[in-house]
Amino acid sequence: MSRREYPTHPLLELTLARLLEFAREPEAVFWVVVFPLALALALGIAFRSTGAEAVFAGIVEGPGASGVRAALAPASGIHVRLLRPDQVDRALRDGEVQVVVLPGPPPTYRFDPTRPESAFARLAVDGALQRAAGRKDAFVPREQRVQVVGARYIDWLIPGLLGMNIMGTGMWSIGFSIVWARTRRVLKRLAATPMARRDYLLAQMLARLVFLVVEAGGLLSFASLAFSVPIRGSAAALVVVLLVGALAFSGLGVLVASRARTIEAASGWMNFSMLPMWVLSGVFFSSAHFPAATQPFIHALPLTALNDALRAVMLDGAGIAAVGGELALLSAWAVVTFVVALKVFRWT
Amino acid sequence: MTGAAAAAGPVVVCRALRKRYGSVVAVDGLDLEVRAGECFGLLGPNGAGKTTAVEILEGLLEPDEGRVEVLGLTWGSHDGELRQRIGVQLQETQLNEKLTVEEIVRLYRSFYRRGPSVSRVLQMVQLESKRGSWVSRLSGGQKQRLAVACALVNEPDLLFLDEPTTGLDPQSRRQLWELLAGFRARGGTILLTTHYMDEAETLCDRVAIVDRGRVIALGTPRELVASLGAGHVVECTLAGPSGLGATGLAALPGVTAASASGRTIRLRVTEPHRVVPALLAELDRQGIDLAGLTVHQATLEDVFVARTGRHLRDE
Repeated sequence: MSRREYPTHPLLELTLARLLEFAREPEAVFWVVVFPLALALALGIAFRSTGAEAVFAGIVEGPGASGVRAALAPASGIHVRLLRPDQVDRALRDGEVQVVVLPGPPPTYRFDPTRPESAFARLAVDGALQRAAGRKDAFVPREQRVQVVGARYIDWLIPGLLGMNIMGTGMWSIGFSIVWARTRRVLKRLAATPMARRDYLLAQMLARLVFLVVEAGGLLSFASLAFSVPIRGSAAALVVVLLVGALAFSGLGVLVASRARTIEAASGWMNFSMLPMWVLSGVFFSSAHFPAATQPFIHALPLTALNDALRAVMLDGAGIAAVGGELALLSAWAVVTFVVALKVFRWT
Repeated sequence: MTGAAAAAGPVVVCRALRKRYGSVVAVDGLDLEVRAGECFGLLGPNGAGKTTAVEILEGLLEPDEGRVEVLGLTWGSHDGELRQRIGVQLQETQLNEKLTVEEIVRLYRSFYRRGPSVSRVLQMVQLESKRGSWVSRLSGGQKQRLAVACALVNEPDLLFLDEPTTGLDPQSRRQLWELLAGFRARGGTILLTTHYMDEAETLCDRVAIVDRGRVIALGTPRELVASLGAGHVVECTLAGPSGLGATGLAALPGVTAASASGRTIRLRVTEPHRVVPALLAELDRQGIDLAGLTVHQATLEDVFVARTGRHLRDE
């Protein structure tokens, strides 16, 4: 234990106090360090490339069922299940089977065309049945299977998960710490000292940058070891993007917590501000799918900028200059949220 | 430096202070003057407006009306300077539970330009042995001493204490009182609020009794008690309903004032050894049974009851 009798600058002491407080909170450490790794592992396993997708087809029991079953047997990658008529809709809804064949002639395909895997299963089953009925392929194509590191879904997903974590833990940890201090009147007590008020908010953001090292470092090493996700850009560019991104979200966290009097109110505002970004900012699927009219809004969101910049640096090897636009946008978010938060902040 | 700088004039002056919360008037035309080096107490029941008044003086709340001057300076124009020179303990502040005593003191010390070392502060509040303990592991009395330590890290000229011993056991209260006596011995001025009359009597040079947002009596504890015109109070509780009222007993020799609430009659008396036999004889003559009888020296509590007809702590 150190024995510094005369403290140094208040900003340093506030940051240190915040770090100690956080590190002594086992739950906080879990959410910042363990949870993101567990999520990345689960998603990585769920979406890891396993070659061609398997097709699950159902066949309705009845006269013709064994014929269909025999016709599908030689096709590789098609798994077949016999279903009673009353089981059909439930099995389709739950995704146990992707297409159901009602033996013909001609056979009827029951499937949900809005589910991509269902539409794909219909094509695979149809091809196999047509071939069994005597259709000849016009040619046998040659195939080139793409399994290139950096072009897989997991490569695209990890930068998005990293961005989402920086947003979530940044906002939650800062928001809860501020609202907790307000409900316990710690903020009021601090306001009765000559402490510069910006120092308190800055300390929250600085302490956040220290946790970032653990959080981003952990997730990136894990992704690199477990899934060989590449980091093609320079470490410097990656660090700059992470720092500026974390500052933007800690600013947003401070702003969202600047007036809330209860944890419940703060949670509500947190979810309200993060929900659009979870959906729109390209964490799990590309934001290019949304209508063109919404794109300017989507690209103004800090998580979109952070995800785009992370993917550019990690997957395309972009330098700092190439992600200058994203960095400028994130810096603007950091500065504006901080200044507004300082103005409207409720100390009592 | 402490105290001496402000010795010339009053340390706190407030005039016609008013603060409203919606339709509730918390402070209603409060006038106060605290002199350098004294311990001044605001005594009153919960909800009397003491905390609101003190938080205005601390610069944490803005009054709706009125003038406030602290250490010769005003809030709004000299906040930085004022905050450097005052110490504040708020009612029911919870400090960060997962920081140690030493870390908390060092954090608060870092906000001030001058003041004693961390070890010196811990020594003043007798928490050296708890230096490395988390705040969550401290007893109520230790937590309160730590809160006062945070108010002493800048060796303030003026110390504000809001209900400093509420909820503490007798030994912890005494420890805190000793700590405050030490601060006064170094020349500091204290403004405190309390709803304990014994605390006001022990600690305070002067007391303002506050009720419903205004000062209803002001003076040294001795003056206030003397203002009752009687050194003792006789309280008797009648066993059953009777026609006997306060007026019937006011005429007894040695009784200066009498009041009744329910079946309890309180007599302010100068000579209890003469009043009590006369009282018993009178009750006997009227055939009235007693359920209880107490005699005590008059206190600030009796001053409050005499002025408002209510007790300080109406539970």
